Amino acid sequence: MTLNGWLQILVFCGIIILLVKPLGGYMTRVFNGDRTFLSPILVPVERGLYRLAGTSEREEQHWTIYTAALLFFSLAGFIVLYFLQRFQGDLPLNPAGMGATEPNLAFNTAISFVTNTNWQNYGGESTMSYLVQMAGLTVQNFVSAATGIAIAIALIRGFARASGKSIGNFWVDLTRSTLYILLPICVVLTLVYVYLGVPQTLGTYAVATTLERAKQTIAVGPVASQLAIKMLGTNGGGFFNVNSAHPFENPDAISNLIQMVSIFVIGAALTNVFGRMVGSQRQGWAIFAAMGLLFLGGVIVCYWGEAAGNPLIHALGIDGGNMEGKETRFGIALSALFAVITTAASCGAVNAMHDSFMAISGMIPLINMMLGEVVIGGVGAGLYGILLYVIIAVFVAGLMVGRTPEYLGKKIEAKEVKMAMLAVLCLPLAMLGFTAVAAVLPSAVASIANAGPHGFSEILYAYTSAAANNGSAFGGLTGNTPWYNITLGAGMWMGRFFVIIPALAIAGSLVTKKTVPESAGTFPTHGPLFVGLLVGVILIVGGLTFFPALAVGPIVEHLATGLGQTF
Amino acid sequence: MSQSKSASLMDSSILLPAIGGAFKKLNPRSLIRNPVMFVVAVVSALTTVLFLKEVATGGQSLGFSFQIILWLWFTVLFANFAEAVAEGRGKAQADSLRKARTETQAKLLSGDDAAKFKLVPGTSLKVGDVVLVEAGDIIPSDGEVIEGVASVNESAITGESAPVIRESGGDRSAVTGGTQVLSDWLRVRITAAAGSTFIDRMIALVEGAQRQKTPNEIALNILLAGMTLIFVLATATIPSFASYAGGAIPVVVLVALFVTLIPTTIGALLSAIGIAGMDRLIQFNVLAMSGRAVEAAGDVDTLLLDKTGTITFGNRQATELLPVQGVTEEELADAAQLASLADETPEGRSIVVLAKEKYGIRARDMQTLHAHFVPFTAQSRMSGVDIDGSSIRKGAVDAVLAYADQTAMAAAPAAGGTVATIGRGASAGTVRDLQAIADEIAKAGGTPLAVVRDGRLLGVVYLKDIVKGGIRERFAELRRMGIRTVMITGDNPLTAAAIAAEAGVDDFLAQATPENKLSLIRDEQSKGKLVAMCGDGTNDAPALAQADVGVAMNTGTVAAREAGNMVDLDSDPTKLIEIVGIGKQLLMTRGALTTFSIANDIAKYFAIIPAMFLAFYPQLDALNIMGLQTPQSAILSAIIFNALIIVALIPLSLKGVKYRPVGAGSLLGRNLLIYGLGGVIVPFIGIKAIDVVITSLGLA
Repeated sequence: MTLNGWLQILVFCGIIILLVKPLGGYMTRVFNGDRTFLSPILVPVERGLYRLAGTSEREEQHWTIYTAALLFFSLAGFIVLYFLQRFQGDLPLNPAGMGATEPNLAFNTAISFVTNTNWQNYGGESTMSYLVQMAGLTVQNFVSAATGIAIAIALIRGFARASGKSIGNFWVDLTRSTLYILLPICVVLTLVYVYLGVPQTLGTYAVATTLERAKQTIAVGPVASQLAIKMLGTNGGGFFNVNSAHPFENPDAISNLIQMVSIFVIGAALTNVFGRMVGSQRQGWAIFAAMGLLFLGGVIVCYWGEAAGNPLIHALGIDGGNMEGKETRFGIALSALFAVITTAASCGAVNAMHDSFMAISGMIPLINMMLGEVVIGGVGAGLYGILLYVIIAVFVAGLMVGRTPEYLGKKIEAKEVKMAMLAVLCLPLAMLGFTAVAAVLPSAVASIANAGPHGFSEILYAYTSAAANNGSAFGGLTGNTPWYNITLGAGMWMGRFFVIIPALAIAGSLVTKKTVPESAGTFPTHGPLFVGLLVGVILIVGGLTFFPALAVGPIVEHLATGLGQTF
Repeated sequence: MSQSKSASLMDSSILLPAIGGAFKKLNPRSLIRNPVMFVVAVVSALTTVLFLKEVATGGQSLGFSFQIILWLWFTVLFANFAEAVAEGRGKAQADSLRKARTETQAKLLSGDDAAKFKLVPGTSLKVGDVVLVEAGDIIPSDGEVIEGVASVNESAITGESAPVIRESGGDRSAVTGGTQVLSDWLRVRITAAAGSTFIDRMIALVEGAQRQKTPNEIALNILLAGMTLIFVLATATIPSFASYAGGAIPVVVLVALFVTLIPTTIGALLSAIGIAGMDRLIQFNVLAMSGRAVEAAGDVDTLLLDKTGTITFGNRQATELLPVQGVTEEELADAAQLASLADETPEGRSIVVLAKEKYGIRARDMQTLHAHFVPFTAQSRMSGVDIDGSSIRKGAVDAVLAYADQTAMAAAPAAGGTVATIGRGASAGTVRDLQAIADEIAKAGGTPLAVVRDGRLLGVVYLKDIVKGGIRERFAELRRMGIRTVMITGDNPLTAAAIAAEAGVDDFLAQATPENKLSLIRDEQSKGKLVAMCGDGTNDAPALAQADVGVAMNTGTVAAREAGNMVDLDSDPTKLIEIVGIGKQLLMTRGALTTFSIANDIAKYFAIIPAMFLAFYPQLDALNIMGLQTPQSAILSAIIFNALIIVALIPLSLKGVKYRPVGAGSLLGRNLLIYGLGGVIVPFIGIKAIDVVITSLGLA
């Protein structure tokens, strides 16, 4: 580990911390319907959209209606995306002449983008037409992210409102997220990326002649615009197959820094939105601090693991950290940092090969996802995910102050506990359940590239990434088979909607409750004690479930490497 | 039933039957009430069947499997035992209550004739029957006194042997079946049918027969069931992981991992904690009609406390004599003492005492003075004496002023004065003087009692509400716990404010009526607060019913007792404070053991995971940080620890976690340190110790 490496990590953390408050304030105003500097331009557009949709910003929805609207919207998005892929050969904007996508691959890809996962069993530049990329994938990049933010805002309203009935209006939240937050930032980012050298064109692939006089086709396309939203919306689906390791998708250290910041910025700012809406920014900072601690822990282990390098290579007389699978323009620190960020948030974009990480540092992305991506997390998803853990933490430990547990004045009772447990339960069900089947299914095992524990990690990583709606791949695993297309699709679906529905049910239940005024007898939820408790509950309740799986995967591999064994 | 008689925690008279009870509770119908332990019982039964099959076919390492299965069953039995011990304490009390409910004969009255009755069995009484109870009779059922006054021995339910007075009308009209009339007689209208009397309900409550799961218990059970499901997933997927690695794991080892991971500790002790919480209240002579009420007590934000009896001593005492100008203190003391000689009220007696202690005026005999006592009436609002044509009165200031006016007017024509002249001593200046003194007293929270002799105003007796010693500190304690105290009093706002300030309550409700009491409660509740109060009168009933925790005094009326969700057998309103503490303790104990139980899992993983996979991943031995001897001893130690910790924690779950009245922040910090961090560390030490023991015994 180098001082320079740590400085780069600190710069990143500093930028995020500085952005939390201003962006949080802006987003709060947006969702409260207050005036912002973009209002003069966007209010007419917003009103027009509501008129078209037959709704109004004053119309409020009960949680069941809100959920129904959300599910309907996601289903519609899935159908459109599926058929766009199936018929892309007959549709315009297809200069490379891509044929129809296979049904099970189209199914997997459609679910993947609707659930904000962006697991890619396809190679972007070799499978999808420009139309699919732009009208299909990029549109879902926006709206699936906006959906996540909407859910978080609805859940926040559950805590913030007292004795209410409704949790907001899904169409309004969706529109505002897209119009006021995602679009403006993306426009700016796209221009910056273009300036930094990222292509943005609808023209055909470039053809070059190499020094050996061979012909090389260089894929280009509307990369910058998709890059902006893939990071900001924590989607992660790269335009190119190798994602942000590709020089066109991530030209230099500056673009790398901007990408890392844009992965975290909305998720981090949402903690501040939460604090502002419930009336105490400290509550938001407490959540942010818990996330921050888990993040730093991950960064330290991951960077240490990579910097320490491979003992087997050291034995050959070659010193230094593990550079396998890394871009030299980013190096060890930025690759490790990127890996932790992308899996802490449910982004899934990568700038290095996670499969080539040392076992122990490769385990950090796995753990990040297994915890349900609550460390900043996917836009919106991270906040509502960690709030589910907060409910469990408050319920378990809150009893220890001698009162029925309450959080922000809302009593946590059977219904909230039931829903939080349902949501927490669905992750191991999808991650461990599918892995257990795949690990003994010969056709599924055939897809792995390495034997032994490492191969096991490849399977585990795939299902973990899918259910956590991350979308990053460990690599090594050939995912484009009917079995993986369908089961990974199911995993993504479970990981998204089996969490969303309980989260909105909790919002609906909380919103009807009275707010108990705070007193000296109230469990304080804005101090270091609470932060420590929350981290402990996340690690024990969320993490311990996966201990056996981790033990026979990365842990045993790490121990074996230390003993000079490879698999 | 008094506190001193509370059974010690580990009394053999409770422990021995509890062992039998533990086996009886293996009945699936009683096990299913507890989801976690039910799951343990099911997997224990399954592994037992598998074991028997292996014995028949001659499997390997049968001794190891046998020991695991044995400890699995012990886990279930220990949980049952904990519940049986908790129930046992209640059963002992129920038995003593049953003795009070022996078959009684009732004197059923028919018609209007108060003396004509026929003897019927007490159990045949219906609601609305009127019975006669005479000295020596046992009251056959719960009822309301409609005629008569009698002293009643209620020790059967309260444990207090001093008799209490029961009389018709007023707030002392309720009688309880099973108590005994010691003197005089009562006509009682029966208000409870056989089987639903107070004693019947008490028996059911202490036995826990009607124990319903409380809302918080239900929520906790959902959490525990959820965690159990998560660990089903964690363990059920292991065989597949093992088979990928080319190994296999015996079912008994998987079951051992599963049982140690699921929250058996809290699962086993949860119902014992609930029963013990109710029991602690009963030890304290308070009957909670539901567990929900005990939980609500822990959540209380606002305590409504009656001034009289709770904050101040029940009766006011004379502390000072303040004469008007031109009258000496001795003169006033003499008149006040004379007026109070025959006054049997505590206030009257306190005046006699004050006169003797401060002014050396000894008690005089009314007879030798030829004094005629004029008792207090609600109309006159005065009392006093007439001696040899001289009349002395003491009473409420306005009543005495009006009386002085009258006497003066009556005397005026005789003295030849004009009607406009006010009596000799009652010049306008004197009246102003007296009123000024009276106002001073009222402002300071006292009650002024004016004294007049033959129409001449002498001065004022300062009756003071004596605030109980230490109550100020109690309220400060409550404030630290985040509980607001509101004093309820019939006094005027001025007096109320002064006492409120002296006692250190947060707020007060002066000139309280049942209506504004009720609206105060509703007001607090609309702000999301939980309110506790105690009361005894019929007019308290609506407020008692509205409050989240309503403690009715046992001396109170039937209506009050029906409306509240707790009954205080000692009729001591200060107990409200302790009740809140007991409620908090119950919730804390649950939280502490849940946290402990979940924190334990870390050590158990480190014991079992390396042992489990050792055969095909020997590298994992690096995770065996406890240095456990063999894989078998590691697994066995974990399961033994898991079972023994239940037994070790039974005393804590019955006694409850120690509650300190400090702010929530420091309370949480302390408990997290003990039960959270302690829960992480303790099993590491415990499992290692057990490993050392069982390997040295050669068990594994």
